[in-house]
Amino acid sequence: MKAKFATFVIMLVFWVVMSGMFDAFHFSLGVICCLLVAYFSSDLLFPAPAQPWLRELIGMFAYFPWLLWQIILANFQVAYLILHPQMLEKIDPHLFRFTSKLTRPIAKVAMAQSITLTPGTITVNIHEDQFAVYALTREAAESLPGEMEQRIAKALELER
Amino acid sequence: MSVAAAIFITAGLFFFLVGVIGVLRLPDFYTRLHAAGKCDSLAAELVIVGVALYVLQDFNLGNTLVGMKILLIAVFVFIASPTATHALTKAALVAGVEPWKKGEKKS
Repeated sequence: MKAKFATFVIMLVFWVVMSGMFDAFHFSLGVICCLLVAYFSSDLLFPAPAQPWLRELIGMFAYFPWLLWQIILANFQVAYLILHPQMLEKIDPHLFRFTSKLTRPIAKVAMAQSITLTPGTITVNIHEDQFAVYALTREAAESLPGEMEQRIAKALELER
Repeated sequence: MSVAAAIFITAGLFFFLVGVIGVLRLPDFYTRLHAAGKCDSLAAELVIVGVALYVLQDFNLGNTLVGMKILLIAVFVFIASPTATHALTKAALVAGVEPWKKGEKKS
């Protein structure tokens, strides 16, 4: 019931932002649609064995500024590489693997997305706890898993 | 406010430019994906934030809704862009596209 109500509230906020119309007709349409969606699919947003989603949300918010800063730094590095006249000597693309100690699927996904978002590295595959990463330079490869994994573990893993 | 918006949009355009130069200069499919997928994600975010700031300088309810919609686009780009890059890379590896090795000629 709590999950259904939470879904309803989120859907309604989304409806209001998207429609921007507050007259009785459109708003009641939105309420009806949100009730239906909340009734049928609240288990998509809040899976049945209750997840600590509030803790995850706070963790992600704490993690996000650091990730943003890393993305900006890495973008400047890649921009430097691309604009460098002897670019082909500077880059050394290669595939490498590392074993992660992250256990929860959501933490692994966050890790994979973060790796791909930071320029110079792309996650190719995750199998169990093996990450396959395609890196543009040796330096970009050496920085992984490192600090990013620790921060994600802090944000999203349950036991420390 | 509009100065800040202009700075964000200009920075975004700079990274778009770098991304395009990267696609042209880098040697193979995978390295080009680095340029196309990454510089673009930051560039798109910067432009989107810039546009949101520009809209919000004239502050009222309608513009706030528009600004929130624009920021929602930013959130979706942030999730979709690395996913697409990852899917393309994996598909190319599965299909057997040969990665460029250091010292080879540009293909």
